[in-house]
Amino acid sequence: MASALLNPNESRGHFVWVFLALAVATAILPAFVYPLFLMKMMCFAMFAIGFNLLLGYCGLLSLGHAAFFGAGGYTAAFVAASWGLSPEAAVLFGTLAGLILGVAFGLLAIRRHGIYMTMVTLGLAQMVYFIVLQSPYSGAEDGIQGVPRGTLFGLFDLRSDMTLYVVVSVVFMLVLLGSYRLTYSPFGQVLRAVRDSESRATSLGLNVRTIKLTVFAISATISGLAGSMKAIIFQIATLVDVHLTTSGEVVLMTLIGGVGTVLGPVVGAAVLVTSQNYLAGFGQWVTFIQGFIFVVLVLAFREGIVGLLIRLWRRPL
Amino acid sequence: MESISVQILAGQLLIGLINGSFYAILSLGLAIIFGLLNVVNFAHGALYMLGGMCAWMLMTYAGIGYWWALIIAPLVVGAFGIVLERALLARLRDVDHIYGLLLTFGVALMLQSLFQGIYGSAGMPYAIPGELKGGWNLGFIFLPKYRAWIIGVSVVICFGTWYAIEKTRLGSYLRATTENPELVESFGINVQVLIALTFGVGTGLAALAGVLAAPVYSVSPQMGVELLTVVFAIVVIGGMGSVLGAILGGFSLGIIEGLTKVVYPEASSVVVFVVMILVIMTRPAGLFGKH
Repeated sequence: MASALLNPNESRGHFVWVFLALAVATAILPAFVYPLFLMKMMCFAMFAIGFNLLLGYCGLLSLGHAAFFGAGGYTAAFVAASWGLSPEAAVLFGTLAGLILGVAFGLLAIRRHGIYMTMVTLGLAQMVYFIVLQSPYSGAEDGIQGVPRGTLFGLFDLRSDMTLYVVVSVVFMLVLLGSYRLTYSPFGQVLRAVRDSESRATSLGLNVRTIKLTVFAISATISGLAGSMKAIIFQIATLVDVHLTTSGEVVLMTLIGGVGTVLGPVVGAAVLVTSQNYLAGFGQWVTFIQGFIFVVLVLAFREGIVGLLIRLWRRPL
Repeated sequence: MESISVQILAGQLLIGLINGSFYAILSLGLAIIFGLLNVVNFAHGALYMLGGMCAWMLMTYAGIGYWWALIIAPLVVGAFGIVLERALLARLRDVDHIYGLLLTFGVALMLQSLFQGIYGSAGMPYAIPGELKGGWNLGFIFLPKYRAWIIGVSVVICFGTWYAIEKTRLGSYLRATTENPELVESFGINVQVLIALTFGVGTGLAALAGVLAAPVYSVSPQMGVELLTVVFAIVVIGGMGSVLGAILGGFSLGIIEGLTKVVYPEASSVVVFVVMILVIMTRPAGLFGKH
């Protein structure tokens, strides 16, 4: 994969600055940019962070991540709208849905290697799509609408966009920090060992199956979290969330930002969500442009934006 | 269950067999491309659509009918496939296989949205050729001629391709190339040309399926999208790269899907994926897979 550039022994000191800068930016930006738009960006960034753990650090390409994202969204939306659960409980349920589905997918997918595994994730996700489409609880083509945002811990009224923005920002920063801690932990090192050579990892006595299953579950859990946050923010869960196009978009975000870098998914999500917003007037041609970007990235720009910066600055990001 | 009549059962069996014919031709093309290039061709559904669109455009803009479209469309799309392979995929031979998949994914998005941008999302009708109109009453079922034709063509094409790969000299070169391209090259065979031509044949097969499908389902830019995921599942079931697995998997899953529609209609769009899960749990390499 793109980045054997990451060396965990290098100075991590400047990561503190990167996170601080990001935290400051998150605090200042709503003064200039529509908060809902920023929240959307952060949701997709979390989704891409989850996806990147699997592809970037373990070399496993899933084309079924929309299933986790969408299952999280639908579950959170359903328990909040139908059972009237509080937002924190709804997000917890959504995240759990991601975890459970992730373990189920993982158990099946890791029985195959490389692109075979990818096709298995695709098939499973398509099955989830059809189940959601036909389920009596999911509102078919309409999705689940009018999801109440509720009151967080009975204290903070999330109907206010700014209150919700603060909550989403905190969750987002925690996920980012968590993913950073994870990738630079011994487990992160083990993931890279599996990515770089599975047979070598096995011969070193690592249990490759357990490692793959674990990273699959973590990745799906974060995706479920991202999906359920999105459902609460936009008060809706729709078929698009579980559709193949969403699985493709998260791949695209990660590729644009830089596969196997901590900040890549965040940058990629920001770029893609922003460009989709500005290109919305082009209708169908947005998809064409996305396809074109895929082709260009794969042919000429495999390291992505952050990967390029890492090469120029010789520092991990 | 007791209310299921022979007519309904036979009718769904026939529909299943026809869908199975398309599945078989498409997964066969995928298997050939995968076997030689190690590329999961995500653009296969878009190329199937391109075949159908090509037939429709020939009819609409040039008045060229079904029979010529059956030959021209696969040639045009096959040539497009060769250009795609030479211009783009050949550059990815030395990097992770994932990138080939992602590239074809991008190409698929471009092709689909291009046609959707021009023709919109509505399906466009394509008439059954006069020679194949009507049908036969077999007593328990009315068999339209065109449907019988599809099944016939696809059986001939599939087993013809299988024969060419498994039993002829050209086929043995192909199989040798998948094992050891350098060795085949040293025998004086131009492996690059062989690869490009094979990709052309694979994409041509997708287009052929598209032309065959045009009179049954209306032609539309999205006609390949959902079909593709089903075909991928069938390829996983049959065993990636296995030609026989692709053919038999295609036909039998079409039939299983049709029968599910009789017994439990809600599950019919999911049954292929359920079979995929069962196969992965019992035979991870697929039914005909070697590894």
